[in-house]
Amino acid sequence: MRCSGLVDDTVTVLIGGEAGQGISRSGMLLGKAMMRGGFYSYGAIDYPSLIRGGHNFYTVRGSSRKVYANSGKLDLVVALNRESVFRHMDEINPGGGIIYDEKEAISDEELSRKDINFYPVPLSDVVKELGGPSIMRNTVALGSVSALVGLDVNILNELISETFEGRDKIISMNVEAIQKGWESVIEFNYGFKCTIEAGGRKERLWLTGNEAVALGAQAAGCNFFAAYPMTPASAVLHYYAGHDEETDSVVVQTESEIAAMCMIVGASYAGVRAMTSTSGGGFCLMTEALSMAAIQENPVVIMLGQRPGPSTGLATYSAQGDLLFAVFGAHGEFQRIVLAPGDAEECFYLTTEAFNLAERFQIPVIILPDKEIIESHETVEVFDVSKVDIIRGSLLREWEGGEYLRFKFTENGVSPRVIPGTPNAMVLANSNEHTERGFGTSVSEAARLMVDKRFRKGEHIRRATSMLSPIKSYGSDDPEITMVGWGSTKGPALETIGLLSGQGVKARYVQIRIMEPFPDGLMEYLSGETVLFENNRTASLGTLIKLNTGYKFENMGLRYDGRSLTPNEMVSKVMEVLG
Amino acid sequence: MSKRYDTPATNTWCPGCGNFTILNVVKQTFDEMNIDPWEAVAVTGIGCHGKLTDYIGVNGIHTIHGRVLPVSSAIKLANHELKVLGFAGDGDAFNIGIGHFAHAVRRNVDLTYIIHNNLIYGLTTGQTSPTSTKGYVSKTSPRGSWEKAINPLTQALTARATFVSRAYVGEFSHFKDVLKQAINHEGFALVDVLQPCISWNKVNTYEFYRNRVFKLEETGHNSEDWDLAYLRAEQWGDQIPIGVFYKSDEPPYRENFPALKKGKLVNQPLRRDMEKLFREFM
Repeated sequence: MRCSGLVDDTVTVLIGGEAGQGISRSGMLLGKAMMRGGFYSYGAIDYPSLIRGGHNFYTVRGSSRKVYANSGKLDLVVALNRESVFRHMDEINPGGGIIYDEKEAISDEELSRKDINFYPVPLSDVVKELGGPSIMRNTVALGSVSALVGLDVNILNELISETFEGRDKIISMNVEAIQKGWESVIEFNYGFKCTIEAGGRKERLWLTGNEAVALGAQAAGCNFFAAYPMTPASAVLHYYAGHDEETDSVVVQTESEIAAMCMIVGASYAGVRAMTSTSGGGFCLMTEALSMAAIQENPVVIMLGQRPGPSTGLATYSAQGDLLFAVFGAHGEFQRIVLAPGDAEECFYLTTEAFNLAERFQIPVIILPDKEIIESHETVEVFDVSKVDIIRGSLLREWEGGEYLRFKFTENGVSPRVIPGTPNAMVLANSNEHTERGFGTSVSEAARLMVDKRFRKGEHIRRATSMLSPIKSYGSDDPEITMVGWGSTKGPALETIGLLSGQGVKARYVQIRIMEPFPDGLMEYLSGETVLFENNRTASLGTLIKLNTGYKFENMGLRYDGRSLTPNEMVSKVMEVLG
Repeated sequence: MSKRYDTPATNTWCPGCGNFTILNVVKQTFDEMNIDPWEAVAVTGIGCHGKLTDYIGVNGIHTIHGRVLPVSSAIKLANHELKVLGFAGDGDAFNIGIGHFAHAVRRNVDLTYIIHNNLIYGLTTGQTSPTSTKGYVSKTSPRGSWEKAINPLTQALTARATFVSRAYVGEFSHFKDVLKQAINHEGFALVDVLQPCISWNKVNTYEFYRNRVFKLEETGHNSEDWDLAYLRAEQWGDQIPIGVFYKSDEPPYRENFPALKKGKLVNQPLRRDMEKLFREFM
């Protein structure tokens, strides 16, 4: 196994073109092929909110070491249209190349960079010759990519066969397309210096954060999923809908996010593990019913996949602008847990924990990733299911204890939760403040006691979340600079640690993984100079940290154009801070 | 009357309110159908009707304004052995909650939806409701409402409901008979209950209804004829029909879900073959 890029130990390929040209699919395929070749990769899609046209690109970066983020620089570009050649030419490392359709007949003058290679490939002609649909041009291009970087085409062929299983004609056509693409560049000796030769195959997973959340929910036994489609969170719904039969799940595409939230409250009341997924706008609609879940102590799990707002904002891009909304949103005072995974692996494991926390404490749990995590692909080690416990708390299926009190006062604030339908127990949940039995009340003493009962869970919730590594630290034990952030910033931050180390700077990244209850002990992690990195304009995490610890960051790197921070940007900011 | 559905909660409805009849009809129907208290769930919204969950000794969930249907639908999907009855006021069901109505209907979720239709907002002290007659004078329509009234029955019929009915609290045994049919119906069953609000609605009173309501059953109505049902549903004024306007047999929503063929969801195992699910990502 060998991977050497033009500037480091990674190889980055960008596939660009119009929406509808199969960009995401071929990028995804290339990343998966790299994984099968024994490599790690990271793949991100950049697309405007439209179905045809526009400019889309998928960037996949592979290496024999774990890849956490894209670098912002490219080794090879596959341009499925003319525009992509010129859009990305300047981002290519010297020695890199562009594969483009020969029929674009781009003149030598237009190909202005003399330090990169140009590979005109008859993408359209090959497809025409094979009699395939024009979307197959990207398959031809993948063959060319394989030839240039030395990736074994058999892996691609194998993936094609799996994708189109049972459709032999399509398979053979695509396999031939790959071969033609391969042949059309292999004879040129342009001295392309990137290599990603397969070796040591190992079983890993290549998936998005959305898929990891869905798998986490499945592993947790969540068998009721109700949601309304909203970018970037729809893929969790897609997964559930596509696997309802084999997972025995009930999946409803609801008429609105309000309905989705109400449905999971109802399902949870009835005793099943229930979840919804949405983005900020949808979460706005859910907050009234979130508050209902809280007063009724019905455990629910919500994935809030962030994108830039306000309002429709940048619908298909990434942001970390909903942190305070997730922590504080909805009327009235109640306890909740907000988990903020930093990559696909954390999406899986934190989602499994979300259900346990929700049921143990009978409260809402919000999983708060951002678009960059949930729509990007990542190679991860196969999730260890033996680490996943299913803890249902005080759920009961039998009752013989006389009159059942759904909201019985207990020492830890958690009351026995009987499944409705259980003989001799009538389960009454109430959105009004209520008595232990569940009857509405406006009596002063009764109200105060019930509020106190719910809040007695607080210390127990805090103890439980403190066991889940709410703060994680990466990099140097004795840093000159401590970077602090959350969510998808983890990826570029880990790349940044490596880059800084190459420049002789000892750096640490501190990741906050649980936002509510805010973890204790953050100060112990801050060492040397500090800098806060976030994908927002107002430093929401900074606000939360100041609120909880009093600490105020002097240095901040904030990006709020819908794109993630790049490692190079972060390095520059750190250098600026260190002077 | 059997006391097994009674609760110790103090009732705060106005004396003479039609809600008492609705409560009693439901209790008596449960009793006659021999439904154990833990086998049924009452789901309520916000408004005077919403207190019903305190007064009926079955499982209950008092929800938020307008959201009875999605909560009820999910309960039915999670445990389809439960008898799920949704209760909503006219404001709850047809103002804030109307968005859910067509969807619960078109899904044909197997539940009974009882509208406490008093043509006014009671708990918030007398504002115009979506079912208030055009021209109705209230605090919020001092010159008379200039919005046309929503007709629950035609709404249900156009969304292709499989059971559409109306009852009147002044006709106790007829109401009970309609409710029994609704509960027995496999699919979405609407029971629009005409109910005077004695505190705020001085127009649609017991007196008003007594002289107008007539039973469809006594007119030889064919409840399998959708066109006829629609015509009858449009009828309002000197003559107000009650009874079962329309019914048809269609599979209830839950039958679409493969998982529910294995029994109620709440009893199913939670562990999945994750290794199998991982395979597509390898």
